[in-house]
Amino acid sequence: MKASRRFPALLLAAGLIGGGVALAVDDPAEMLPNPAQEKRAEAIGAHLRCLVCQNESIEDSSAPLARDLRKVVREQVSAGKSDQQIMDWMTERYGEFIRLAPQFSWSTALLWLMPALALVAGLVIAWRATRRRTVVTPAPLTDDERARLDALSGRE
Amino acid sequence: MNATRRGILTAVPIIGAGVLGVGFWRMLSDMRSGAFDPRAIKNPNVGKPIPSFAMPGLPGLGDGFTDAELKAQHRPVLVNFFASWCIPCVAEMPGLRAISRNMPIWGIAYEDKPENASAFIQRDGSPYARVASDRHGRVAIDWGVTGVPESFLVAPGGRIIWHGSAALDPQIYEAEIRPRLAGL
Amino acid sequence: MFGPEQGHFALALACVLALVQFAVPLWGANRRDARLVGLAPYLAVSQLIALGYSFLCLVMCAVSDDFSVQNVAANSAVSKPLLYKITGIWGNHEGSVLLWTLILAVCGGAVSLFGRNLPDILRGRVLAILGGVSAGFQMFCLLTSDPFDRVFPAPMDGQGMNPLLQDPGLAFHPPILYTGYVGFAVPFAFAVAALIEGRVDAAWGRWVRPWAVAAWCFLTCGIALGSWWSYYVLGWGGYWFWDPVENASLIPWLTGTALVHSAIVVEKREGLKIWTVLLAIATFSFSLSGTFLVRSGILNSVHAFANDPARGVFILALLAIVIGGSLALFAWRAPSLTSTGLFSPISREGSLVLNNILLCSICAVVVTGTMYPPFMQLLAGRTISVGKPFFDAATIPLTLPLLLAMGVGTALPWKRAQLARTFSHLYAAAGIAAIGLVLCFWKLSGVLPIACGALAIWVIAASASDVLRRIGIGHTSAQGVWERMKHLPRSSWGAALAHIGAGITVLGLCGMSQAQHAIVEVHIGETRSLAGDDWTLLDVHDYIGPNYKAMQADIAIRHNGKLVTILHPEKRDFTTQSQTTTEVAIHTNFITDLYGVVGDRHGTGKYTTYVLRLHRNPLAPWMWLGGLVMAIGGAFSLSDRRMRIGAPKRAAARNMARA
Repeated sequence: MKASRRFPALLLAAGLIGGGVALAVDDPAEMLPNPAQEKRAEAIGAHLRCLVCQNESIEDSSAPLARDLRKVVREQVSAGKSDQQIMDWMTERYGEFIRLAPQFSWSTALLWLMPALALVAGLVIAWRATRRRTVVTPAPLTDDERARLDALSGRE
Repeated sequence: MNATRRGILTAVPIIGAGVLGVGFWRMLSDMRSGAFDPRAIKNPNVGKPIPSFAMPGLPGLGDGFTDAELKAQHRPVLVNFFASWCIPCVAEMPGLRAISRNMPIWGIAYEDKPENASAFIQRDGSPYARVASDRHGRVAIDWGVTGVPESFLVAPGGRIIWHGSAALDPQIYEAEIRPRLAGL
Repeated sequence: MFGPEQGHFALALACVLALVQFAVPLWGANRRDARLVGLAPYLAVSQLIALGYSFLCLVMCAVSDDFSVQNVAANSAVSKPLLYKITGIWGNHEGSVLLWTLILAVCGGAVSLFGRNLPDILRGRVLAILGGVSAGFQMFCLLTSDPFDRVFPAPMDGQGMNPLLQDPGLAFHPPILYTGYVGFAVPFAFAVAALIEGRVDAAWGRWVRPWAVAAWCFLTCGIALGSWWSYYVLGWGGYWFWDPVENASLIPWLTGTALVHSAIVVEKREGLKIWTVLLAIATFSFSLSGTFLVRSGILNSVHAFANDPARGVFILALLAIVIGGSLALFAWRAPSLTSTGLFSPISREGSLVLNNILLCSICAVVVTGTMYPPFMQLLAGRTISVGKPFFDAATIPLTLPLLLAMGVGTALPWKRAQLARTFSHLYAAAGIAAIGLVLCFWKLSGVLPIACGALAIWVIAASASDVLRRIGIGHTSAQGVWERMKHLPRSSWGAALAHIGAGITVLGLCGMSQAQHAIVEVHIGETRSLAGDDWTLLDVHDYIGPNYKAMQADIAIRHNGKLVTILHPEKRDFTTQSQTTTEVAIHTNFITDLYGVVGDRHGTGKYTTYVLRLHRNPLAPWMWLGGLVMAIGGAFSLSDRRMRIGAPKRAAARNMARA
């Protein structure tokens, strides 16, 4: 348990909710003076996972590692590195795990194609269902219904 | 035909749920045996050469070291990131001292005041052959370290061949480190 | 009288009653024995009473600070305020499972009381299914998570509760959310009963819909409340993490929303029967898996539960029986259910089908995204993350057509629509949406926020204009409008309100995408500006609360020199847990939230500085306001259902009186 190794106090937080969420009020000095660059750094940071937290980006977390990584991002932004270069630099050190949106590859194809797959599957099923029903009008009775009909008419 | 297709479609949910269920069952049983840890972070640097660095030493404990010195070693070295503020690191010290009888351990003090780190490792006898200070945690980032303690087994020539993020003890040494030493 | 042993006994009794409630009516229904089937409501009500008593015992233990009860000792403390002693009961695993089963029993009781118009056999089967689920979870409670466990020796004081949970918003969040989750057990039971019976018809759709709508209302409120809590308690400036725990509530909400809509098609057109049955099963299955898988520790979540793989195995077995059993029944019986309704794609039912496809696609994306990391690790041994950037990118494109369809859908007539005629009703709404688009271009930046904003305005305008057209505004006299207003079914009002609520929420999300923030370090008296407002730190003072020490800041916000408000954010130190929390201060005028957080104190004497985080969050309250409007819409349409269910009886009574 990585997080608890660093924050023993959190072991106490065995409640329903709590734990890793911390306040990311930090040193204002770490913000870049150039607002455009700062904005870019924030956007990159939002794509990087705070590794010792759960599902938080480094921009949202106050963990020391997140703070260090924020600094690295800002240094590289001011050094003129591209977004792609910074993400690659991070991935090289921490692996795919640090990307909150995984890169498209064979192993993540299902994940990224799911919106299209689900939509197409839904449309195809619905289209076939409506077509079937509009062609075969009225729908023929099933054996079950026919049996019930026979029973009903037999009784009368 | 129509009925068969319908039968297949209505069986899809149970098949899907079944696959998910089997997956969850495997995860749970592997979690109990320790083979599956949803919180584990894989270090991608295993198998790669160590990053380049040069770090100062700690007061009273020598000069620190560089990647070139580590690469120049003829024996495998265990590199251990630690900090005086980290409770598992305190617990790890006796284990490290035991391991240090078998192989050299080089320590890196992570985000720690040099005097605190120095006092901490000298309290009960240092397990480290050499010590360096990573005051701002920047070298640790190059190694892909996410917290302390974390350890790396470095082969002669400077390739990382093993990484562990638990507090070390002789059992882990016997189970995970010694077999890898034999292969060198 | 209300000791832990009595509570434990009552829980065991409830479990036995639930087992009987499961077995007897099912057996009776099979033998067509009306007496056995007729027992179901009595069993459901007595199970409810036993469980209610058991819960009351736990409440009494917590209120009277009985630290010999393990659960109270671990989660409460003498110094804890009374409200949180009570609400703290469901702030931990054991207590929340007990609450969960209690709500399930309440659902059973409600079906017994309000379901008198149902055919006896159907009601018996529905109650039996509910009893079966109840029994399973009460067994889970008794065998693995007993809230009445004693501890010896009893400690002098308890360990206290996580201070983040000591908040009125969170105190009532779990019961509401659980009512939403558990409420879908009723549509689930109806679906399983229908599968056993082999019959789904319009009447079934009519019976099942109010239960689905009621659960949906609670779930909507629960999610909104949870997100609001995250916004104003966690103090990170955001409102949604795309965390597995949050996704676990969003997934059943998505399928539940689809269910609420598809049940209309069953009721009105006898179509989509198999699909609706599947949705009812799926929604409850997702609720169950969501609530319980989070507790197994498989999903990596910000929300720290007491994880225990041993419990996980029990839960998984339970889920396999409930979900696997119902889906197996579905695979076996569903093919024999036939839809008679035939419809064209351009019609009300066509638009509802599209709504279902889109909602379920979004749901598929959220499920895949949530499950991908653990399965990737299991199958490929690789650790990856799927977080906010992925979910935003994958769900928003599916939301856009959904919003577009929401506006058109309610304007379409059943069976077959003439597009030209429908669109003639929507000219006004389209015009307003066009103005909205211009407004969004002016106010928002980014393609997706602009598109979402314009479509949200479209949804609101189209829903409002639909109601206005139906009550005859513009082509009928005032008297006629009044008459039509009275006769317009409440479900139409409800649908319009719910759609408007969805539009409001989306507008809130768009506004939040434009949020601005600054982190500043200031002396007392220093002023910083953020987006046209001047924030001045007036003073900082310390005080001592009931179970914490606090540092409170006074921050004045001026706009063009005029005082807007003074915020009082706090930082609290809880001594029992050695934990620090922040109390965010928020000033809202319902257009913009000004949101202040106080952080660390640096230095001493006159060099003391304070770190502050300042946020300007446009339209933030609309996100939760929209959720509330959605739930009110649902409640409105519920009141309509009840009237209609009661109507035949009243008509009969009137006829009798006349005769």
